[in-house]
Amino acid sequence: MSFQLSDESKKQIEAIFKRYPHKRAATLPILHVIQKEHGYIPEEAEPFVAELVEEPPVKIREVILFYTMFQTKPIGKYHFQVCHTVSCWLRGAKEIIEHLENRLNIKSGETSDDQKFTITEVECLGACEIAPMMQLNDDYIGPLTREKIDEILEKLQ
Amino acid sequence: MAETQGILMPLIQSECQILKNYRDRGGYEAAKKALSMTPDEVIQEVQSSNLRGLGGAGFPTGRKWAFVPKNSSKPVYLVVNCDESEPGTFKDKYIITRATHALIEGIIIASYAIGAHTAYIYIRGEYVRQAEVLEQAIQEAYDNGILGKKVLGKKFSLDVYVHRGAGAYICGEETALLESLEGKKGWPRMKPPFPAIEGLFRCPTIVNNVETLAYVPFIIKNGARWFAEMGTERSGGMRLYCVSGHVNKPGVYELPVTTTLREIIYEHAGGVPGNKKIKAVVPGGSSSPPLRADELDVAAEFDALMKLGTMAGSGGIIVMDEDTCLLEILTVTTHFYHHESCGQCTPCREGTGWMDKILNRMLSGEGRIEDVDHLEEIASGIMGNTICPLGDAAAMPVLGYLKRFREEFESHALYKKCFDGEFAELKAAS
Ligand SMILES: Cc1cc2nc3c(=O)[nH]c(=O)nc-3n(C[C@H](O)[C@H](O)[C@H](O)COP(=O)(O)O)c2cc1C
Ligand code: SF4
Ligand code: FES
Repeated sequence: MSFQLSDESKKQIEAIFKRYPHKRAATLPILHVIQKEHGYIPEEAEPFVAELVEEPPVKIREVILFYTMFQTKPIGKYHFQVCHTVSCWLRGAKEIIEHLENRLNIKSGETSDDQKFTITEVECLGACEIAPMMQLNDDYIGPLTREKIDEILEKLQ
Repeated sequence: MAETQGILMPLIQSECQILKNYRDRGGYEAAKKALSMTPDEVIQEVQSSNLRGLGGAGFPTGRKWAFVPKNSSKPVYLVVNCDESEPGTFKDKYIITRATHALIEGIIIASYAIGAHTAYIYIRGEYVRQAEVLEQAIQEAYDNGILGKKVLGKKFSLDVYVHRGAGAYICGEETALLESLEGKKGWPRMKPPFPAIEGLFRCPTIVNNVETLAYVPFIIKNGARWFAEMGTERSGGMRLYCVSGHVNKPGVYELPVTTTLREIIYEHAGGVPGNKKIKAVVPGGSSSPPLRADELDVAAEFDALMKLGTMAGSGGIIVMDEDTCLLEILTVTTHFYHHESCGQCTPCREGTGWMDKILNRMLSGEGRIEDVDHLEEIASGIMGNTICPLGDAAAMPVLGYLKRFREEFESHALYKKCFDGEFAELKAAS
């Protein structure tokens, strides 16, 4: 199956190239565009990006695997990325993660069978003032409590 | 609510991601002034202000700018470091979303001083919403003739682009950041050559932290002396302290660099919840060695903290109350650096892995007393033996916690529980 991209995404990619004197510098921004449209980076995207930036596909793969934000498999519609680094830890991140795991009946690192929820433990997100906190898709939420988690889940069910 | 005094805080509180709000407060007057000076005069002014890099290393900003070769035949780049990933640090987020135009003005002045016509802002990938705000403010600056072919109507052109990272702490290290910007995995480069000579796309490049640049307009506007006089002999001004952990009012506080840790924690961040005592304070992001409660009357400033064997770093102050298990905290901290090691050099890759494993073993109650010395040996073996300072950043907390709180770790190794005596008493007895 060949790799498909919407016209909107293609337009964005064209604009990206104008920002850099070298094509390869567009690699990360292009991968972001692809992930935004597909929810992850499908394997077929690798040769596609490689051709665009004029690098061998293995270099693209290397980049995808290096950065934690690039997903190589589809993940849940709602991605709970809970911070477990020092400031969040001091304010009870561990309990928050356990509560979320119990409520969703999945462990961190897993996706629910209905593809609705994924939990990932992540490192400091630069929001320690609202510890314990998480990123739910694109948004930062904190300080978290069990009640707040329950409230959020109720809205998403 | 945080204070309304200061330099950047009043802008943050009056929504200076919107051009009009920034203009109402005299915005972009400093850039006009700078563009009528010579680049060397601008560099001299910044140098005299004692502004030091607020990304963590504290290198004098003006001096760094002066390293860029004059009349380079290659283009010169300014790269703004908004990776903000050192645990305990969250100040740049406020600047890019609320004092956005001060950052843009700082970028204009810095670019003019070093002869750059292109600036890239490298922002951590997780800051999705924050990047949107930043992009909007930049667009507003273009639409109003502040950026582009003729900056503020003068004969100076500047393009500013936002480049998003994708989740990798190491990309905050300046050479890893440049690799990442070039579209590669973030593996730090050997130095020299330093970026000022050979940086982005092999061209002269200055990398500066967001906060460092945001102060530049005010130095130009009010003069170097004004900024220098707020600080010490070698560090000027104020900075944004990030206070987190066990405090009543976690948040960002802008204070002169002569402010002590005790004042920051008790007078500004509201003290410790439940009036508990403090056990430890990490003064400059999680890689800086912790201090004890009786050491907090020190100015939270580069040189003063260095004298105590720790660092002012990124200004991330993490407070831990008396009930904190420091074995847990060091384990979490070491896990972070292990996870973020790029794996390029053996001492860092292997050493952080071993330390992570030993600490986890101790935490599960299977520690041995030899583990404490062993941790120290591994950490010492990393120090100074790696390509980039991440290795040191992983080793310093291990050495630091063991130096000041060794009893805590010995207690876990010997008795499988937290140390329950008073440190002061134990020290007095020994
Ligand atoms: C492992 C590591 C991570 C770093 N992370 C950051 C960061 O997130 N933000 C930052 O501004 N500087 C960071 N730095 C410091 C940069 O390498 C560089 O010194 C700084 O961006 C220079 O700007 P300044 O002089 O204005 O501080 C990091 C350094 C190391 C070794
Ligand atoms: S010290 Fe660690 S992070 Fe830095 S280059 Fe070596 S392996 Fe990579
Ligand atoms: S430690 Fe969780 S956001 Fe910083």
